[in-house]
Amino acid sequence: MAHAHDDLLANDIEAYLHAHEHKSLLRFITCGSVDDGKSTLIGRLLYESKLVFEDHLAALEADSKKVGTQGGELDFALLVDGLAAEREQGITIDVAYRFFSTEVRKFVVADTPGHEQYTRNMVTGASTADLAVILIDARKGVLTQTRRHSYLVSLLGIRRVVVAINKLDIVDYSQDVYDTIEADYRAFAAQIGLDDITCIPMSALRGDNIIDPSPNTPWYTGPTLIQHLETVPIDDLAASQSFRMPVQWVNRPDLDFRGFSGRIVGGTVQPGMAVRVLPSGQTSTVARVVTFDGDLTSAEAGQSVTITLTDEIDVSRGDVLAAASSPPAVADQFEAHIVWMGEQEMLPGRPYLMKVGTRTVGLSIAHPKYRVDVNTLEHIAAKTLHLNEIGICNINLDRPIAFDAYADNREMGGFIIIDRMTNSTVGAGLLHFALRRADNVHWQAIEVGTEAHSTLKGQRPAVVWFTGLSGAGKSAIANVVERKLHALGRHTYLLDGDNVRHGLNKDLGFTDADRVENIRRVAEVSKLMVDAGLLVLVSFISPFRAERRMAREMLDADEFIEVFVDTPLAVAEQRDVKGLYQKARSGQLANFTGIDSPYEPPEHPEVHIDTTSLSAEEAADQVIEALRAAGRIP
Amino acid sequence: MTKSLTHLQRLEAESIHIMREAVAESERPVMLYSVGKDSGCMLHLARKAFYPSKPPFPLLHVDTTWKFREMYEFRERMVRESGMDLLVYQNEECLRLGINPFEHGSAMHTDMWKTEGLKQALDHYGFDAAFGGARRDEEKSRAKERVFSIRSAQHRWDPKLQRPELWSLYNVRRNVGETMRVFPLSNWTELDVWQYIHLEQIPIVPLYLSAPRPVVERSGTLIMVDDDRMPLEPGEVPEMRSIRFRTLGCYPLTGAVESTATTLPEVIQEMLLTTTSERQGRMIDHDSSASMEKKKQEGYF
Repeated sequence: MAHAHDDLLANDIEAYLHAHEHKSLLRFITCGSVDDGKSTLIGRLLYESKLVFEDHLAALEADSKKVGTQGGELDFALLVDGLAAEREQGITIDVAYRFFSTEVRKFVVADTPGHEQYTRNMVTGASTADLAVILIDARKGVLTQTRRHSYLVSLLGIRRVVVAINKLDIVDYSQDVYDTIEADYRAFAAQIGLDDITCIPMSALRGDNIIDPSPNTPWYTGPTLIQHLETVPIDDLAASQSFRMPVQWVNRPDLDFRGFSGRIVGGTVQPGMAVRVLPSGQTSTVARVVTFDGDLTSAEAGQSVTITLTDEIDVSRGDVLAAASSPPAVADQFEAHIVWMGEQEMLPGRPYLMKVGTRTVGLSIAHPKYRVDVNTLEHIAAKTLHLNEIGICNINLDRPIAFDAYADNREMGGFIIIDRMTNSTVGAGLLHFALRRADNVHWQAIEVGTEAHSTLKGQRPAVVWFTGLSGAGKSAIANVVERKLHALGRHTYLLDGDNVRHGLNKDLGFTDADRVENIRRVAEVSKLMVDAGLLVLVSFISPFRAERRMAREMLDADEFIEVFVDTPLAVAEQRDVKGLYQKARSGQLANFTGIDSPYEPPEHPEVHIDTTSLSAEEAADQVIEALRAAGRIP
Repeated sequence: MTKSLTHLQRLEAESIHIMREAVAESERPVMLYSVGKDSGCMLHLARKAFYPSKPPFPLLHVDTTWKFREMYEFRERMVRESGMDLLVYQNEECLRLGINPFEHGSAMHTDMWKTEGLKQALDHYGFDAAFGGARRDEEKSRAKERVFSIRSAQHRWDPKLQRPELWSLYNVRRNVGETMRVFPLSNWTELDVWQYIHLEQIPIVPLYLSAPRPVVERSGTLIMVDDDRMPLEPGEVPEMRSIRFRTLGCYPLTGAVESTATTLPEVIQEMLLTTTSERQGRMIDHDSSASMEKKKQEGYF
């Protein structure tokens, strides 16, 4: 496999290059625990394929002497552990991608650490892999982490697994040890639906059965690791599927050309083929498959192309072009596997964003049906998901999307979850099937609507949303506002946090997840009251920006007035009208906003009240003025 | 049955996908163009990605005034041929102070012209997404770099800000002031780049091919005397040697290799038979093994 020993390379470079132009590409992931020898294996693959250059090797020799674990011998593991931060900690903390190639294939290796807390990294690495190499330490056999790695591999839809039974040199290359581990593993793998398994006895440290068959394992007649990786079929599942192409970019260089650029993620496409645009459902026919290198007569999964249609129909980024004969389903409610990757726990009911294909939509997640213990595969009841936890949840989107089940097409059924405030990626998910609920619950058309309700009352409805710390004075001000509006002959209703918790929300506590649900319900109730034509005063701590924004987005722009009742924590605590701060400080009351639960102040409230300088009466006048300015009252 | 795509076809399609995602979800994208082979490869991919449209972004060359003369000539030629807009940015403070590698050392020269110059240029034009030609195989700290790398408003790279990248789904959303560097060649190796250049007949600066050129040898490194700004040491006389470059940058900081390879296949042949890595020709990496990581945190690529 080594380049340097290749006669063709030295003697006939043109022929060599020609051969290398036709190499295929295999992406695989390596999974193993700290001491399984994973880094040693990858280091050796790079070394043996002569991708370790002299200067790297010099650095390796120096490092091996300094921090190596092989008593001054070359420590291949040091070749692959990257960032200074993690070298100090002695563990790898992220996914690294390595490259090597042989005569027939180029390989991309996703190198991920195997600690339990790094499920996030393994799932990331596995999402693009065609195959997984799972390392087992021959002295230890099938361990909890072996099961965890195998479960994640099968969850992410990798069907081909190589089990590298490593460190066989330490057990004297014992066939008995090897046979026992292989039988154990196959029995377990069958339970989770993995059936394409190749076991190889090896020692990454000594190089047994990595490149050449080892004389130390005469009883083993199967392929070496490289022989297997070079010959295993890369059955691109996507290529045998129906045609799918998420539209990335509408290509309009001039008025005469309108094409849709994207990468094909399923099947093949040819000019003349009937296609359907989803989710709109419009149909047309492919006119041309355009590339820089000329029009194609056919293109397949994996290729990036630009497609033109015979009809002028509406297609934009986020739409999916699909074979008209077998289009994907369209839905807005699903059951999905969710892998949580955020430091902050998942909050059921909170509005997140979801990116699937090239479309980004609003997403909310219901309480998990259960969480999966990745070590035992047990289903465990859960109210939320924490970092690195995996669960089954129902999800709701704010718009319908075109999708295929993840098992049928990874690119059409895999999605990421984005936090709307921080914009970070906090989770990943796999779509399984659409819920029929969405189809069966229809909107009932109502003849007497918001307009009619409010006309009769002679007012324009709105929500005045008071937010602030406990004891800030929200309810006091809201009371005065309601009294004044009532005196003006306005129809009002005051939703108070404490009162609603005695009834509608009495099943909820004060965890972050329950606080999100508390606000979601109140936002929905206030929306109903706006439909009824009322001026609704909502007095809730409502500590999180995301939920206040959700409430705002349910209504029209001038129907929502956010009032920030701004009282410094020290002042509110000193007032302590209800004695709650004292309880919280003494530890009798957990999850108290401002003490051990955060408060996120509004960034752009319509009304900002400084209670240290205004009386409740003055503050109420400010709110009334804001209602006038918004045209809600005369 | 369908034919299977070759590794270069798969890499090409992936790079095109990355470029289109970045353009579709950013306000003001730009392609950093350093005139080297990776930039040439990236520019070629950009022309493919948006064809028949012209790539909808300009090229930005963060210039140091110390590049090889042939690089400047080649840059103008590529601009003519591609029809793309080119922005050239030179750090004015460097111009004023006359920062150069001889008097100020390679570290300060690189930091002020390149790192600071790049940050100034991005701020000056208000670019929110910048394509760069970095590859994961170049150096250890890059093996974990994301395809879409988020930078703070101060252009710093914080490992904690980096997002997991699953499937081909890139989270391109940014907070106010944050920008991103986008690396379409992440999964390419040096060999892939050369092979693609050969296959697609992408033009490259002639300095990559061997020719007799005037050089001096300093601390074991061959430095080409490209113009008369280079101060010669007492007794030092440039001699003509058959040399080429594996990587191009500021001429005083770029080591040449002795070679007889005058065609691209010969260069690839030498590369495959050679035993030193590409970055060894770059003097900025030599300080310590964590130096690239540190430079990246400061805002260098």
